Amino acid sequence: MDVQGAYNAANHFLLKYLGISLFKALIVVVIALLHVAYITYVERKVIGRMQQRLGPNRVGPRGLLQPIADVLKLITKEDIIPSSVDSRWVFIIAPFISLVAGATSLAVLPIWEHFVVTNVNASLLVVLAMSSLSSFGVILAGWASNSRYSFLGGLRAGAQVVSYEIAMALSLVGVMMLAGSMNLVEIVKAQIASPFKIYAIPQIIGFFVFMIAAIAETNRTPFDLPEAETELVAGYFVEYSGIRFALFYLAEYFGMVVMSMLAVVCFLGGWYGPFDIPGIPMFWFLLKLYFLIFFYIWVRATLPRYRYDQLMGLGWKVLIPLSLLNIVITGFIKILV
Amino acid sequence: MPQALEIIKKQIGEDEWDEPYYVNMGPQHPATHGVLRLFLELDGEYITHCDPIIGYLHRGIEKLGETFTYSQNIVLTDRLDYIASAANNVGYCLAVEKLMGLEVPRRAQILRVIVCEMARIASHLLWLATHALDIGAMTVFLYCFRDREWLLNIYEEICGARLTHTYPCIGGVRLDFTPHIIEELYKFTEEFPNRIPEYETLIDVNRIWLKRTKGVGVISGEKAVNLGLTGPSLRGSGVRYDLRKTVPYLIYDELDFEMAVEYEGDVYARYRVRMKEMRESNKIIRQCLDKLAECEGEPVIAENAPGLFMPFDKPKRPQAAPHPKKVYLIKGVEVPVVPEGDVYVATEVPKGELGFYLVSDGAGHPWRMRIRAPSFVHISAIPDLCKGQMVADIIAVIGSIDIVLGECDR
Amino acid sequence: MLAIEMLKENFPDEIIEEGESAGQPYVVVKKEKIVEILKFLHEKPELLFDHLADLTAVDWLGKKTPRFEVVYNLFSIRNRELLRVKAQVSEEDPRIDSVTSVWKVANWFEREVYDMFGIIFNGHPDLRRLIMPENWQGHPLRKDHPLAVEGESEWQDYKELKERVREFAQYDWYHRIPQGQKDVTESPAGEQEETNATSA
Repeated sequence: MDVQGAYNAANHFLLKYLGISLFKALIVVVIALLHVAYITYVERKVIGRMQQRLGPNRVGPRGLLQPIADVLKLITKEDIIPSSVDSRWVFIIAPFISLVAGATSLAVLPIWEHFVVTNVNASLLVVLAMSSLSSFGVILAGWASNSRYSFLGGLRAGAQVVSYEIAMALSLVGVMMLAGSMNLVEIVKAQIASPFKIYAIPQIIGFFVFMIAAIAETNRTPFDLPEAETELVAGYFVEYSGIRFALFYLAEYFGMVVMSMLAVVCFLGGWYGPFDIPGIPMFWFLLKLYFLIFFYIWVRATLPRYRYDQLMGLGWKVLIPLSLLNIVITGFIKILV
Repeated sequence: MPQALEIIKKQIGEDEWDEPYYVNMGPQHPATHGVLRLFLELDGEYITHCDPIIGYLHRGIEKLGETFTYSQNIVLTDRLDYIASAANNVGYCLAVEKLMGLEVPRRAQILRVIVCEMARIASHLLWLATHALDIGAMTVFLYCFRDREWLLNIYEEICGARLTHTYPCIGGVRLDFTPHIIEELYKFTEEFPNRIPEYETLIDVNRIWLKRTKGVGVISGEKAVNLGLTGPSLRGSGVRYDLRKTVPYLIYDELDFEMAVEYEGDVYARYRVRMKEMRESNKIIRQCLDKLAECEGEPVIAENAPGLFMPFDKPKRPQAAPHPKKVYLIKGVEVPVVPEGDVYVATEVPKGELGFYLVSDGAGHPWRMRIRAPSFVHISAIPDLCKGQMVADIIAVIGSIDIVLGECDR
Repeated sequence: MLAIEMLKENFPDEIIEEGESAGQPYVVVKKEKIVEILKFLHEKPELLFDHLADLTAVDWLGKKTPRFEVVYNLFSIRNRELLRVKAQVSEEDPRIDSVTSVWKVANWFEREVYDMFGIIFNGHPDLRRLIMPENWQGHPLRKDHPLAVEGESEWQDYKELKERVREFAQYDWYHRIPQGQKDVTESPAGEQEETNATSA
C-alpha cells in the first residue's frame, strides 16, 4: 500500500467513524446542555405555578434568560477551595467525574432509529455502568471536602446507590428478556409487538420499580438524602462554590435527562407513537421525555423526604423483591406465549 | 465545645473513648429555626448524645426590663416570640394589671382575645410551613404563607405593624377596630376553615409524611409534665392542660371551644393538635366578633388606666379622677406606679405557657421581670426527645415542638 | 390554702413567712430543706404540684437581707392551684440544693439562674453557663452588674474580635498580603482618598 492509499484509508476512517461520531456527539451534548439549562428554568416555573407564585420573571421576557444569567454568575464567581480539604485533586475532579459520567450515557441512548452516537452492542449496560459511576463523584466529593456534613452526605449517597442500583438493574432484566437484546435500538424496535407499542404495560411492575429507582439514583426528592438541605445543609457539595457547584448541579439534571431517556427507550416505546409525524421523527420521543421530566418536577413539589433507614427499607424490602417477582412473571410469560 | 466534650467523656468513661463522630448543627443551619446550635454525637446516623447550646440571640430583655417603665416594657415583649407578638403583649399586660388590680373594659378584653387567637393561627401557620419544609414538603410552605399574609395585613390595619404589634396597653388596647377590619375578619373566618383541608390533603394522607412523623420523638404524658413541656407539645401527649380552659383569663370562660388533645405523644400527634387548634381559634374569633357587636361604642381602655407610654393620640376615654399615684420619670410621659408585691401570670401563647413573673418594689419600673418562655423549656427537652433517633428525626422533633429562639434567649 | 397548712404541719421550723400577693399565695422557706419541701409538694397525692412552671431568682440588693431569693412557681394541673415557694439565699454562701431530682425541667432553669445570678446549685448534673459566653465575667442579672462597660473590662472575646476586624480592614485582599508587608512606597494619593472617605 502506498502513502496515498494509507492517507486515504486514514481519512476515510476519520471521516466515517471519528468525524461523524464527533459531530453527532457535539450535537447531542449541545442540545442536552441547552435542555439541562432550560429544565432548571422550567422546574422553577412549574414549581412556582404549583406553589402559587411566579418563579423567575426578571431576566429577559418571562425570565427566559434566567439560566444564562445563572451560568454567567456562577462562572464569574471566585473558585474557592477550602484550605482544609482532604485531597485537593480529588476535590477538584469530583464534580467532573459526576458530570462526565452523566453525559457519557448520552452516547448510547438512541433518540431516533438512525440517530445514536455509537450504537454499541450492549448499550443498556453502558448506561447502567455510567449511572453508578456518576455517584462515585458524589462519594469522592463528600470524602474530599473534609466536612462533617458532606461526609455524611457522601456516605448516604454510597449506601443509596448500592441499594437502588440493584433494583434498577433487576427492573430492566424483564425488558431484556422480552426484547431478547441489550441493544437499546433493538429494544425499541421489539416494542412494536407489544400493546400500544410500549413495554410499560407488560412490564408494569418493572416500570414502577424503575421510575422509583431512577429518582433515587438521581438524588431527587423524595430521595434527596445526600443533599438533604434541612438536615445536611447541602450534603456532599456543601463546600463547593462557583462553577464546581454548578457542575454538580448540571450532573444532577444530566442524570435526570438520562434516566428519563432510558425510561422512554426501555418502557415507553422510544420514537414510536400512535401515528407518524412527517419531518420530525423524534417528536414522540421528545414528548415522552418532557412528560417524564415534568413528572420528576411534579414529584419534587409534592412529596416530603424519606428518612435514611426508611429509604433503605424501601429499596431492599420492597423494590428488589418486586423486581425479582417481575423477572419470574416475565419468564413465565416468555415460556407460555 | 471542650467543656461539653469533657462531660461526655466523663459519662461514658475514659476507656471506651473511641472518638465518636461529632456534628455541629447550627447556629447557622436551615432547620434549626433561628440560631439554635446543637452539638450532636453520632453513631452512624443515630444520635447518642445531643447538647443544645443557646444564647446567640440574647438581648438581655430581663435586664432591660428592670430599667424601662412598665409601659415601655410592652415593646420588649414584642421581641420575644416575634411570630405571635400580640399574645406576648397580652400576657405582659395581664400581669401588670393583676399587680395593679386594674379592671379592663369588656370590649378591650374581646379585642385582646381576637388578636391573641389571630396570633395563634398566624404562628401555627408559620409552624406548619417550616415543619413541612423541614421534612421536605415544600409546597405547603408557600400555601401557609399565603394565608399568614392575609392575617398580617389585618394586623397592619389594626395597629399599623405586621410583626411587632404593641397593640394592647396596660388597662386595655390602644385602638378600637374599624368596621372594615371586622368585615375583613368575618371574611377570613368564613374562608379559613376551607384552607385547612388544603394543607391536610398535601401532607396528612401522605405515606411518607406519616412514616416520618408517626412514632418519632415519642414522650409520655407524665414525662412531658416532668420535662416542663406545655402547650400543644404537652397536649400531644394526652395531658389536658390548656391555660385558656384550666385557668380561664380574659373572656375565655364564656367562649365555646374545645381543648385539642391527642394521645400518642409523637410528632404526628403534636401536628394533629395544632391543626385542631387552628380550627378552634377560628371558631373563637368568630364568636368574639359576634360579641363585639353587642358592646359597640364602649371604651377600650380602663378609666383609671395609667398613661400610655407614647405621647400620641390617646383613645377616647371618659374623664375620671386621675390614678392615685403618678410619677413623671421622663418629662411629659406619665409612668404608672405599681404597688409592691409580686405576681406570676401565665397565658397560653401558641408555643405553650408564657409566664411573666413581675416583682415590684413600688417604683415606676419593675424590680425584676422574669419571663418564663415556652421555647426555652422545650429546647431543654430536645436531648430527651431525640435520644436514639436519627439525624433526620431531630429535624422533625425540633419542628414539632415549635421553638422561636427570640423567646428562648430573650 | 391546704398546701401551706400541710407545709406548716410537716416542716414547722422551715417556714419563715407566708402570705398572699395579688391573690397568689406564697411561702418563704429556709433553703436547707428545699428539696424535701418541694418533693413533698410534688408527691403528696392531695397536693400534686406536678408542674414546675418557673424557677428563678430575685436579687434584693440594698432592699432585703439575705440578698437572694430563689423563687419556685408551682402549679398543680389537677387542682388548678398556683403556689409560690421562695427560698432565701445569702450573698456570702450562694448555694442551694438542686431540684433536678424532682423535676427534670429544673435543669436548665437552674443553669440559667447560675449563669445570671451566680447561685450554685448543689448536686446539679451539668452546672455551666447557659446563655452567656463561657468566659463571661460576673453575673448579669445581679443588680450590681453594670449595664454597659467600655475599655479594659470589656468581654475578652469582643476585644479580640475588634482586633481582628482592624487586622482584616488592613488586609489587601487583592494581593492576598497583610497590609504591613506591602511596599510602603504606594502613592500617597490613595491614602489621601482613604482618609477623605473616612472623614466623610
